[in-house]
Amino acid sequence: MSLSLRIHDVSVIYPGREPGQQVTALSGVNLDIAAGDFVVALGASGCGKTTLLNLMAGFIQPSHGIITLGNYQGEVPSDTRQAPLRDQVTGPGADRGVVFQKHALFPWLNVLDNVAFGLKLRGVPRKQREEQAMHFLALTGLADFGKHAVYQLSGGMQQRVGMARALTNDPHMLLLDEPLGALDALTREKLQELLLNIWQRTGKMMFFITHDVEEALFMGTRLVIMSPRPGRITHEFPLDFGRRFLAGEAARAVKSSPDFIALRETVLAIIHGDHLEAAA
Amino acid sequence: MMSLDHPDTTAAAPAPVKPARAMGSPPLANVSSPTAPSRFARWRRAASVKPGEQYGAPGNGRSSLLSLLTIAVLFGLWYLATRMAWVKPLFLPSPAAVWQQFIDVSREGFSDATLLSHIGWSSLRVFGAFVLAVLTAVPVGILMGVNRIARGIFDPMVEFYRPLPPLAYLPLVVIWMGIGESSKILLIYLAMFAPLALSARAGVRSVAIEQIHAAYSMGGSRGQILLRVILPAAMPEILTGMRIALGFGWTTLVAAEMVAATAGLGFMVLSASKFLATDVVIMGILVIGVLAYVLDAGMRYLERRLVPWKGK
Repeated sequence: MSLSLRIHDVSVIYPGREPGQQVTALSGVNLDIAAGDFVVALGASGCGKTTLLNLMAGFIQPSHGIITLGNYQGEVPSDTRQAPLRDQVTGPGADRGVVFQKHALFPWLNVLDNVAFGLKLRGVPRKQREEQAMHFLALTGLADFGKHAVYQLSGGMQQRVGMARALTNDPHMLLLDEPLGALDALTREKLQELLLNIWQRTGKMMFFITHDVEEALFMGTRLVIMSPRPGRITHEFPLDFGRRFLAGEAARAVKSSPDFIALRETVLAIIHGDHLEAAA
Repeated sequence: MMSLDHPDTTAAAPAPVKPARAMGSPPLANVSSPTAPSRFARWRRAASVKPGEQYGAPGNGRSSLLSLLTIAVLFGLWYLATRMAWVKPLFLPSPAAVWQQFIDVSREGFSDATLLSHIGWSSLRVFGAFVLAVLTAVPVGILMGVNRIARGIFDPMVEFYRPLPPLAYLPLVVIWMGIGESSKILLIYLAMFAPLALSARAGVRSVAIEQIHAAYSMGGSRGQILLRVILPAAMPEILTGMRIALGFGWTTLVAAEMVAATAGLGFMVLSASKFLATDVVIMGILVIGVLAYVLDAGMRYLERRLVPWKGK
């Protein structure tokens, strides 16, 4: 299947606080995410990584350029506002699951009903949707917590419910907006490994945002580094550390290997350079 | 509870180590005993806490015992004032007289209706108005929250009449609706409408945008998101609004029943005052107060049962 998400020359410009002022949140972003890709976006705050995710999710529309999800391979016209392309992303949809930084679960539903929520919206019968929800709860290690209230769970468990909820809709891709950002270091490493395992088992396209360099290098198959003012992609690196972990190497061994550390320092230097620029 | 006081142990136990004083400050002689910090120093610090309490949090500890004590003292003073004849019974009848009236009015009635039927009429008016207000104000409030046009239309109306005391528009209600049951229910209804509508609107505004986004990315339609995300997310605020509205309605009741009613707690109190039956007046006030308290406790119970996630 040649399904892919393509971002063509996308810019996001919105009016600033003062009249006449314009803020460029994203400028000229090009990115193709193919089936099986695990793309990690790394950058300081204000670099537009959440804006990029919101564009893919369809929560915001680009000021310029287009985003397609499907197998559209042809040329992209400069103005598609009048007649959207067949596969153009024009709003949120069940083909793109989103996991938020703060879980965004529904506290009036128990864990199982949260996970089955999307199926319920689609009118899937109760027994069937609970079976499917249970499958993904088991995948995220929460098989025993279906009847729990979400506000009784720890932060890490809430994020796992969020992942299970997104996966249950069987989306083409998962958009993860700093899902591990608010967790403690130990939980965070466990969930990194869990996410890699989920990716391997489900084969979903992944777009994962983080501001943690080590996490960024460990998680994906491709790393894009973003830079602020205006938000744009400045560097891209291929990654294989996550695959090495999935192949059986211990996570800490991967993260302390010389090539990991070397790349980490390179990336840190790039990001610090951005910071110096921004401060100047 | 000052756990600094250990009367049983401090006498026998060795003196606790004195905390080191800051360098340069002269020792405070003849101020405190060598074992305990000075009274002044003790008062300056927050009271130490029991397990499960936060040090320094304002208002730590249970207060229910003190509340019961206060009620007992007030009743005692009341009894004493009447027993010692400090006040004439016309102004303040004895607790026993008020209790006797409670029994008498329960059995034989006052102004052609028993206490239970007065309570029944009042409850009917309050709950009738409450049901009408919930059915209309909650949808209007939700609409105000989700729809710009609805907000633009309803906002000036609700915001204008909300701060008006119901007594101010009572004459108008009487001119329009006469002095029948409908004018009383309308008055209570109006008192309840604004807090309900505004709380429903605030509830809609309290939904996290991430929750709405999450539902859209699971394929939800606008209608589904309104029904399955916005409405349940607004429930805690709506229930708080219901509680406030019931309180408002109950306080408006007496005003509504001043308008030529033939039964009802407000009417009972008012007509008793015309006969200078102070004992019935006080009995009526106590009944109104106790019922309001029970109503509020019931609403709080409902809140705990229906929206256990509130504040979590």
